[in-house]
Amino acid sequence: MQATSHAGYAGNHDHDSHGHPTGWKRWVTTTNHKDIGTMYLWFSFAMFLVGGAMSLILRAELFAPGLQYVSPEFYNQMLTLHALIMVFGAIMPAFVGFANWMIPMMIGASDMAFARMNNWSFWLLPPAAILLSASIFVPGGAPGTGWTLYPPLSIQMGMGMDMAIFAVHILGMSSIMGSINIVTTILNLRTPGMTLMKMPLFCWTWLVTAFLLIASMPILAGAVTMLLTDRHFGTSFFSAAGGGDPVLFQHIFWFFGHPEVYIIALPAFGVVSHVIPAFSRKPLFGYASMVYAIAAIGLISFFVWAHHMYVTGIPLTGQLYFMYATMLIAVPTGVKVFNWVTTMWRGSLSFETPMLFALGFLVLFTIGGLTGLVLAMTAVDIQLQDTYYVVAHFHYVMVAGALFSAYAGLYFWLPKWTGHMYNEGLGKLHFWLSMIFFNIAFFPQHFLGLAGMPRRIPDYAQQFADFNVISSIGAFGFGFSQLLVLVVVIQAVKGGAKAPSRPWDGAHGLEWTVPSPAPYHTFEDPPVFNQAEAHG
Amino acid sequence: MAGCSYKNGYANRLRPGFTGLLTAGLLALLSGAANAAWELNLQEPVTAVARRVYHLHSLLLWVIVVIFIGVFAVVAYSIVVHRKSRGHRAASFHDNTTVELAWTIVPTLILIAIAFPATSALVDMRDTSRPDLTIKVTGYQWKWGYEYLTGDAAGVKYMSVLSTPREQIENKAPKGEHYLLEVDRPLVVPVGKKVRILTTANDVIHNWSVPAFAVKTDAVPGFLRDTWFRAEKEGTYRGQCSELCGKDHGFMPVVVEVVSEEKYAAWAAEQKQELAAAAEDPNKVWTLDELVARGEKVYTANCAACHQATGAGLPPVFPALDGSKIAKGPKQGHLGIVINGKTGTAMAAFGAQLSDTDIAAVVTYERNAWTNKLGDVIQPAEVKALRGK
Repeated sequence: MQATSHAGYAGNHDHDSHGHPTGWKRWVTTTNHKDIGTMYLWFSFAMFLVGGAMSLILRAELFAPGLQYVSPEFYNQMLTLHALIMVFGAIMPAFVGFANWMIPMMIGASDMAFARMNNWSFWLLPPAAILLSASIFVPGGAPGTGWTLYPPLSIQMGMGMDMAIFAVHILGMSSIMGSINIVTTILNLRTPGMTLMKMPLFCWTWLVTAFLLIASMPILAGAVTMLLTDRHFGTSFFSAAGGGDPVLFQHIFWFFGHPEVYIIALPAFGVVSHVIPAFSRKPLFGYASMVYAIAAIGLISFFVWAHHMYVTGIPLTGQLYFMYATMLIAVPTGVKVFNWVTTMWRGSLSFETPMLFALGFLVLFTIGGLTGLVLAMTAVDIQLQDTYYVVAHFHYVMVAGALFSAYAGLYFWLPKWTGHMYNEGLGKLHFWLSMIFFNIAFFPQHFLGLAGMPRRIPDYAQQFADFNVISSIGAFGFGFSQLLVLVVVIQAVKGGAKAPSRPWDGAHGLEWTVPSPAPYHTFEDPPVFNQAEAHG
Repeated sequence: MAGCSYKNGYANRLRPGFTGLLTAGLLALLSGAANAAWELNLQEPVTAVARRVYHLHSLLLWVIVVIFIGVFAVVAYSIVVHRKSRGHRAASFHDNTTVELAWTIVPTLILIAIAFPATSALVDMRDTSRPDLTIKVTGYQWKWGYEYLTGDAAGVKYMSVLSTPREQIENKAPKGEHYLLEVDRPLVVPVGKKVRILTTANDVIHNWSVPAFAVKTDAVPGFLRDTWFRAEKEGTYRGQCSELCGKDHGFMPVVVEVVSEEKYAAWAAEQKQELAAAAEDPNKVWTLDELVARGEKVYTANCAACHQATGAGLPPVFPALDGSKIAKGPKQGHLGIVINGKTGTAMAAFGAQLSDTDIAAVVTYERNAWTNKLGDVIQPAEVKALRGK
């Protein structure tokens, strides 16, 4: 099978390279899923550096008590942009980049279903990023509300708030189009014989994620539109003086915001579900239960939103319901962790960089999940709400969960993308520095939160000073360690040991049947799918 | 709490080192002991509810530590024993219904077991019925307003503002023991009494929080929320605003002084006397100097955070008053903005917060301070006449 498909697209490749533009025009006009995936990944890395630089401004200010470098209002702007840029600019586009590159190759499709719309989905991102970042320079500065944009505070903001609102609209359009594309591709373009329950798990996680996006992004768009009309057109959705309610915004925001957490986490689960079996040289344990767990998590994520709002004065019965529903999510999440652990059990393990990042993910995401269980208990959450404990919790879930798994995927698929093996030594160094500094930065924040240090403050009481120093040192170490990945990727793009079509002996899936680097066009004829390449 | 000055604290801070920290952390976690300098756990509870929360958290901590150790002991064993480099050959199993059912059912049972104490603690926490004393707490950008609605001090009403001097925040003076956690006038409550707190806000959402009482409730503008505590021990308890409320969110602490019942009664009587003495004749005619002197105090407490002591503001969000069109324009326009605020901006309506005399004084001050030497005098009666227009 491998030989026939090689011959097939080698011919097509020659034929096609006459037609498509080169230079910058190639990137602006491309409808090729690989080009678009590459652009998504570079875009997300650029945003990751911008958002990361902002977080270092925060950590520099928090290095010692007192105001040193920035004013409180600028601090608030930085924490808002850091979050918005990381969530919408870095993490989400990174996984869309993976989806673009890998989903067609995993299911044996020649491209995404709507190739031109795919181009537009990507090119909507830069204007949104410019709107968000440029808001720092307009009168009044960027929104200083936190990424949650709660009114009435967001009503008080200057025009930077409007720019953020439009950026969210544009990002939402991009996500919705991208999601429709992914759903259509997965449901319609699978190669004959690849039933849904034989589909690689990464595709399953993205299928569920895409539905979450399609369902939740319009809700966010609605919420920010209501903010916009409250700000400028005299409506009072969120103002008690006009018969509205500020807490209504929080309900709408978190009805989007909680699925958003899983929009970020599910594709990360998908990547890890490929990497762990590959380096355990053993099939993924419990494929079917993984699929059911993903679907269950996706579904329940719509019914737990008010656990972000335990202190807003929702009634006792509401608090109880949301507490029980939130605890329920621990069950499918636990199933996934147990499946990964059992996949490794009695495998034949090796520890190349992708596996290290996947293991890092497993450890840190589990910590984040377990502190999530603590936070699910309403009575305990009331003590910890809006403290650094929450900051620690969601960075364990987001950074360790999403970023580490994105790195696992990056190192895993980099040979397929570039045709070269990356520098394993540098990759491992990158992992260990990230792992150590991440924990130095974020583990002490649990203690700060327990002791009562609120989040989103530029200055703090003296008893919080010690752990803040440690946390800042860790943050700077973590931040600068991330530049290593840039070195590794550029090296691999430029040269290095030639990668075989299947650089990892334990990896399975159609994507490994094509040469490395993957030709510009793959699977123009649907490949034959056999059991050997099933289940990632 | 660290009682040392800023410089000493900084020097001490780097001493323990990471090994020391890890050891201390593990020891303290295991023994549940609280370390003063390196606080590792929830603050010492002083109400029954806070104690329940403390124990619930400890229980959960043990549960998650045991789960974590259990799961990662398996992972560690795999990593050590099932290595390719040791020649371990991979098995090929990929399903086991019994095991999969077990690890769905067992966690569910653990969760159900935890749900019982979690539910009863919460029910207790939300029971605000039959209070001995009710106090209304209003969040302002960036201070707290307290109003005693019932009990000995009914009718007493005041603002509670951060008292840490600006120089300490700007690192021009050594930081005090209660840096950022001190106010000019704390909330005073009697020990052992059930105090019901009603929260609301004037401008944006704030959150009134005292960790030692396990109390944390949003103050939502236009709505009332409630919470309660019964402090078991006299003392001073400190918390902070726990919902981002703008520029000075980090600078509006909550301080509650829990005193004996006798002390509380004496305090209440004193407050009421002061209140009566301070009741002013609204028709009194003030001189320019009197108004400016009083106005400067009102300005420092209410306006300087945004418009700055120099009147230069922080443009463009917080405009300058020095030389501004409004401060140098007609009196009515100036008074109108102070009384009613300006919608769509951070300028709050001070009509409800300040007395006629205070508004007259602060506007007079603003029109005569810095380069605004207008010589205007505004009498309380003029403010009274303007209200409601």
